Amino acid sequence: MMEITEGSHAVADAVRLCRPQVISAYPITPQTHIVEALADMVANCQLDAEYMTVENELSALSACIGASAAGSRTYSATTSQGLALMFEVCFNAAGMRLPIVMSIANRALGAPLSIWNDQQDSISLRDAGWLQFYAEDNQEATDLHYLAYRVAEDHSVLLPAFVCFDGFILSLTYEPINMLSQEDVDRFLPKFSPYERLDAADPISFGMYATPDYYHEFRYEMDRALKESKAIIYKRGKEFGQMFGRDYSAMVEGYRLEDADTAIVAMGSICGTTKDAIDEMRDEGKKVGLLKIRVFRPFPTEEVAKALSHVHRIAVLDKNISLGAKGAVALEVKDALYGSGIPVKGYIIGLGGRDVRKKDIKAIVALVEKGQGDMFYGLRREVL
Amino acid sequence: MVDKTLELFDCGHRACGGCGAALVARLVTKAAGPDTIVVSSTGCMEVFSTPYPETAWKVPWIHSLFENASAVASGIEVALKKQGRKEKVVVMGGDGATFDIGMICISGAFERGHDITYICYDNEAYMNTGIQRSGATPYDASTTTSPSGKCSFGNKRPKKDMPQILAAHGAPYVATASIAYPADLMKKVEKAINTKGPCYVQVHAPCCTGWGFEGEQTIAVGKLAIETGLWVNYEMVDGKVVKAKKVVRKPVEEYLKIQKRFRHLFKPTRQGAEIAAIQAIADKNAEKYAIDIKLKKE
Repeated sequence: MMEITEGSHAVADAVRLCRPQVISAYPITPQTHIVEALADMVANCQLDAEYMTVENELSALSACIGASAAGSRTYSATTSQGLALMFEVCFNAAGMRLPIVMSIANRALGAPLSIWNDQQDSISLRDAGWLQFYAEDNQEATDLHYLAYRVAEDHSVLLPAFVCFDGFILSLTYEPINMLSQEDVDRFLPKFSPYERLDAADPISFGMYATPDYYHEFRYEMDRALKESKAIIYKRGKEFGQMFGRDYSAMVEGYRLEDADTAIVAMGSICGTTKDAIDEMRDEGKKVGLLKIRVFRPFPTEEVAKALSHVHRIAVLDKNISLGAKGAVALEVKDALYGSGIPVKGYIIGLGGRDVRKKDIKAIVALVEKGQGDMFYGLRREVL
Repeated sequence: MVDKTLELFDCGHRACGGCGAALVARLVTKAAGPDTIVVSSTGCMEVFSTPYPETAWKVPWIHSLFENASAVASGIEVALKKQGRKEKVVVMGGDGATFDIGMICISGAFERGHDITYICYDNEAYMNTGIQRSGATPYDASTTTSPSGKCSFGNKRPKKDMPQILAAHGAPYVATASIAYPADLMKKVEKAINTKGPCYVQVHAPCCTGWGFEGEQTIAVGKLAIETGLWVNYEMVDGKVVKAKKVVRKPVEEYLKIQKRFRHLFKPTRQGAEIAAIQAIADKNAEKYAIDIKLKKE
């Protein structure tokens, strides 16, 4: 059913349909509306879950670890500083192979304090062992939650997942969204069946310590599971498409890319603006296309290389910066294209909520055509 | 009733001979019984009991991080409730995990009122990392981060009063115990587990390695802590002290002089003023908890 809904409320509704048994979260702008909406659903018996109001984000995710290890489907949501406070817990949840799903309403990290959007928060946790999905719009933001649970809980994956959607730009924006029914979601997402759980009838130990004789292999198995999850994402994304008409089997998605000379690579809500800019540039006769990255972890290296093999130049947009190096997406794309001879340039854009407009996308295309890149785009020189 | 003959913390773990914390693990699981899920914080107990792929725990057990055991336990308790399961949730954390790094998590869990029992095995310093001072380290104890020296008598502050802090959260049952009195310890653990809501038992767990005494002296050292009034075994119900173990007190010197962590108070010269300050702490404890048995004059 099509509804005009705020992104956060749509995500909360999608989470409700996933039937989490334990929700544990802490308020932080711009994620707050999600957890408020869920609290309201629990208070009004629309969602049969235990809702935990914890004292900070570290405890929010820690409580999810306990609940997940005890065999319940769990959910949390956060952003920015909250996610940074969870840093240690994120690595831990992945190491214990607990398929927790967490929404990230992407926001910048301080200092200086900024409550506005960029993707530095989740990108900074790229090495934690979580799947990372990025939504272009709120339709995708809701659908990716169903997919995230389905993939994370697969016994060949058993890793937690972030569903990232840009704070404010998506989380507080009203869009028409096709919401699934409970019946639909139940058909796609079976009940949580934990691989192991804390159970007095069959006592096992979780979270032991590993000597150098074992640790290396633990990390290998996590890496293998994350890489092999690509096949599960494909399978379940396809299945979702067959059921509901929106196919998420591809981890990357091209837009007017087939005959493009210049490719823009981007992730998240900026893809929408980029598509509009591409349409206008196409009207002017410029052969520009977009490759949207929907899954950042596992990174679709081969898929990116294949999708971009025919272009003459690549401009990568990053709403993050690995200070002292480059944007995280650009680094991955450069790795994927290594040896191809195709020049890849990175552009840091939109940090801390700086608006990125169609004219900025066009300006970046002009820069990459001149071979200029690997730079902060749109610096206000007068304040430096 | 729990079958007290069951050993749920198995032999073969890697604790030092004479480890107080290992006794805590054994006695607490005995008292709690097999229908218990144990949550451990990072620390000695976690490390000596679970070197992968071995485990000493015969009950379901989980360790996540240093500071978050209470939050993990909260999540487990809530999930069990949701699933209609009846297992009890017991947290076991050292004093560093309890008094210092885990303080926010414990406060949150107790404020939310989860039905969990928190056992602090208090060996009065960070032993796993090599005997560093914690908020539970007693006055004048020498540790590797509060060393005694030419211009220091060791740790400059008395112990933080964690039981009072948790009682102030409205915990229905708070107790202190000692591995030197195992029957009393087990009784208190059982009481905590069978009391609805968040309960706290702080157990004095002498550490032969960190405190500097022979492993066979662990119980004797624990007993002397009680007998000198430097550790008081008491129970609080709804914030009020209802019972405290009474003793015929011995001078604190008897407890201090057998431990290397207090050796600087006796050698090279006797530090009378410092020993008197520690005696004053014991006297204050004795008055506060009314533990003195007055001997009738012959």
